[in-house]
Amino acid sequence: MSAYEAVVGLEVHVHLATRAKLFCACPVTYGDPPNRSTCPVCLALPGALPVLNERAVELAMRAALALHCKVSTHSVFARKNYFYPDLPKGYQISQYEEPLGAGGWLDVQPDGAAAPRRIGITRIHMEEDAGKSIHEGSGPGTRLDLNRAGVPLVEIVSEPDLRSAEEAGAYLRALQGILRAVGASEADLEKGHFRCDANVSLRRPGGPLGTRTETKNLNSFRAVEGAVRSEIARQREVRERGGEVRQATLRYDLERDKIQVMRVKENADDYRYFPDPDLVPLALAPERIEAARAALPELPDARRARFEASYGLPESDARLLVASRELADFFEAAAKAYPAPRSVANWLLRDVAAALREAGRGLDETALRPDHVAALARLVDAGRLTPASARGLLPELLSAGGDVEAFVRERGLGAVSDAAVLEAVVADVLAEQPKAVATFRAGDEKALHFLMGQVMRKTKGQADAKQVRELLRARLGAGG
Amino acid sequence: MAGAPATVASLRTALDARAVSARELVERALARAAALEPRLHAFVSMRPEAALREADEADAHLRAGGPRSALDGIPVAIKDNIAQAGEPCGCASRILEGYVSPFDATAVARLRAAGAIVVGRTNMDEFAMGSSTEHSTHGPTRNPWDPARSPGGSSGGSAAAVAAGVVPLAFGSDTGGSIRQPAAFAGVTGAKPTYGRVSRYGLVAFASSLDQIGPLARTAEDCALALDVVSGHDPRDSTSLPEPPTRCREALDGRAAGLVLGLPREYLAADGGDPAVLRAVEEAARELEKAGASLREVSLPHTRYAVATYYLVATAEASSNLARFDGVRYGRRASGARTLTELYERSRSEGFGAEVKRRILLGTYVLSAGYYDAYYRKAQQVRALLRRDFEAAFEGCDALLTPTAPEVAFALGERTADPLRMYLSDVYTVSANLAGVPALSVPCGLAHGLPVGLQLVGRARDDGTPLRLADAFQRRTGFHLLQPELCA
Repeated sequence: MSAYEAVVGLEVHVHLATRAKLFCACPVTYGDPPNRSTCPVCLALPGALPVLNERAVELAMRAALALHCKVSTHSVFARKNYFYPDLPKGYQISQYEEPLGAGGWLDVQPDGAAAPRRIGITRIHMEEDAGKSIHEGSGPGTRLDLNRAGVPLVEIVSEPDLRSAEEAGAYLRALQGILRAVGASEADLEKGHFRCDANVSLRRPGGPLGTRTETKNLNSFRAVEGAVRSEIARQREVRERGGEVRQATLRYDLERDKIQVMRVKENADDYRYFPDPDLVPLALAPERIEAARAALPELPDARRARFEASYGLPESDARLLVASRELADFFEAAAKAYPAPRSVANWLLRDVAAALREAGRGLDETALRPDHVAALARLVDAGRLTPASARGLLPELLSAGGDVEAFVRERGLGAVSDAAVLEAVVADVLAEQPKAVATFRAGDEKALHFLMGQVMRKTKGQADAKQVRELLRARLGAGG
Repeated sequence: MAGAPATVASLRTALDARAVSARELVERALARAAALEPRLHAFVSMRPEAALREADEADAHLRAGGPRSALDGIPVAIKDNIAQAGEPCGCASRILEGYVSPFDATAVARLRAAGAIVVGRTNMDEFAMGSSTEHSTHGPTRNPWDPARSPGGSSGGSAAAVAAGVVPLAFGSDTGGSIRQPAAFAGVTGAKPTYGRVSRYGLVAFASSLDQIGPLARTAEDCALALDVVSGHDPRDSTSLPEPPTRCREALDGRAAGLVLGLPREYLAADGGDPAVLRAVEEAARELEKAGASLREVSLPHTRYAVATYYLVATAEASSNLARFDGVRYGRRASGARTLTELYERSRSEGFGAEVKRRILLGTYVLSAGYYDAYYRKAQQVRALLRRDFEAAFEGCDALLTPTAPEVAFALGERTADPLRMYLSDVYTVSANLAGVPALSVPCGLAHGLPVGLQLVGRARDDGTPLRLADAFQRRTGFHLLQPELCA
């Protein structure tokens, strides 16, 4: 048992799922040619002025409410002043002294943890993203792509309540699930929708907080977990050596799993924040906040609990299903079409998930519909279709959809469960394979498998294996 | 030019009667500019071909179906900090050398839609920081009343262009008096509307919470006509008032009867004011009394903090507003910089003039950690008190009457070495910006042979009353018709 306890807080920047930027009408795009999506406002041309995108306010408010924050009826956009080429105005518009929301929480349960822990959310505020500096490529100098400049973000700051890398990862996954559930963000890490800074310090349990470091720009769950784990280890080693942790900004190299010091902070940066005089304070009427609260969809934790209680799903299955709002919706639709929720959940989480992995596609990128999955599960459960045949239909259903019943009928996939038919096939096989029959009777169980294989071949895999085995044993045991 | 100077209203009548064409008006403006510019230097750029083309379009409109607005076919000038698509927008600064705006300011778009013809861009103090139009990368503008003197600033080019009869109407911007003080110094009428009345979209920001675009013209009537065209809510400016365009012109009835004029004790008793200026203002007050207005003393107790508050708020905002001029995306970039920091430092050192640098430094300091509460926050608190002063004063009167400036036009070079003294000449004008209320300056006589400005200040959103009083005054007096010898 170590003498130190880790204290971790996360600052997460999340792109809001708006069509337009935060202060102009430019579309939010990914992968466009550089500077395609720009205008006088986001290029900071002389005389241009920002106008707040109300849709972004709506989404930020949803995120704040879903995180149990108190949403302020009066919040203020400030200017954070600093010079950098990807920051066209020379300041970032961000909420500072008066954020949109504060005082929320989120329940977090890492894999294997016995119970969830409640993590405090200090604040959630709106701000604009910066552009990108491009250093690679041919030619001298740095080039700028300002497509991202002005894209709406919320920054979500946690209390320093996290105690491990695993909790940090679980916090982010829970956050992602919630933001997706309320439609505030696609929260796609690969697209940079979700960027995280991790503050880490150590203390003796119950003691005062130690000096913290900040690791910047962690762009994947793996990076956050790796960075937090490495930084906890590094600080522990420094302290155990009798050294002192210095306040610093760090970078994490995911490839080499190494923490590097970017710069040691002597004193805090002075961003000269002040209220942006080009914008009026954001006033949200209590009725508007309450309307947004009332319109919130069911959140992942509540949905998981409901899935366990009303569908009788095991906790692990319920957790997997609610990780994505889309998957959970899909499950509910399928379970409605075929009210055998455990069976439907099994199909979705195992066979459909495997087929999606194989196809390299997301559920929404396929033609698969809930009634397809319901039909497959129903036919298999009824013994009218073997699991193997059902699985065999999935690639086609993913790419083109179709009518499951018709496929089964037209392609003769109906499982052979008619006892009379099966018995005839079994009789044929036993007659054709006297050698195997003899071997089995001599006590070699393997011969039974061979005989089963022969029956399955003749029935094109549509016979139920259990039924075949029973029939074979009955006939062989009967001395036939 | 013989006889009474042309006004927008008189040119409107002439255009509508086909006594003159828009092309002739534009040709006259261009010819007059060509003749006077060597002595005045009111303009930083002209657009003769485009203006003549637009004049022909206006004439076609006038022939086809009558005027699109009171300004259809009228030549106008705009200050170099108001953007017009395809034209330079240099703010009289080296750092915007070569920059051409790709878009119209909302005010310019409205002028153009109304048929007004922009003939050129007027000189100014760099980024509107100054009271003399001497802080311009293009050199100073001269006062048509005495070329050795300043026309005031920062909209000195616009004031001089109107005073010299080049155009009947020009637009400036007013952050702390930059329309009213040059109007006073050059003997023209200039109005700063209520904050939010005219969209700031396309006005290069000096101090966003104080800046307003407004007209400079010969008469209050012309200012009203101009304001009715450029005012009104603009969805591109979050601070723009939600109301439709003003209808100030139709409220001008030549009457002052029943209106109560407040004389702020603190202004009239101010030390250092030129007694000849104060005398002219007092006579103007009596003239308005004769027109039916009544006078009463009022108090604006926080006036003595106004200049200090103004220079804290304005410089703080300016230090941030001017951060975008970094040599990265447009304008002037220092050559040969080896690091990013060097690029910023050299581009900005070479690109900004001394006064702009002084204010950026001051504003940066004001916002710095450890000083923010003592300066910026405190200034905001005093600003709220000043606003309350005005609200209280307007409970007992309909408009305030004050001098526009404590003096007449000063000599070029006289103040540039003493910035503090230059700042103090804003004492009567800055409060209206801090309070967001409308204020205008009308000529009310001469002192030492130079024009004196009378300031009329209205309630927030009531742009009409000061214009109505100014119009009543001008119907009774001839000070606005006085012309400098240079222009005779």
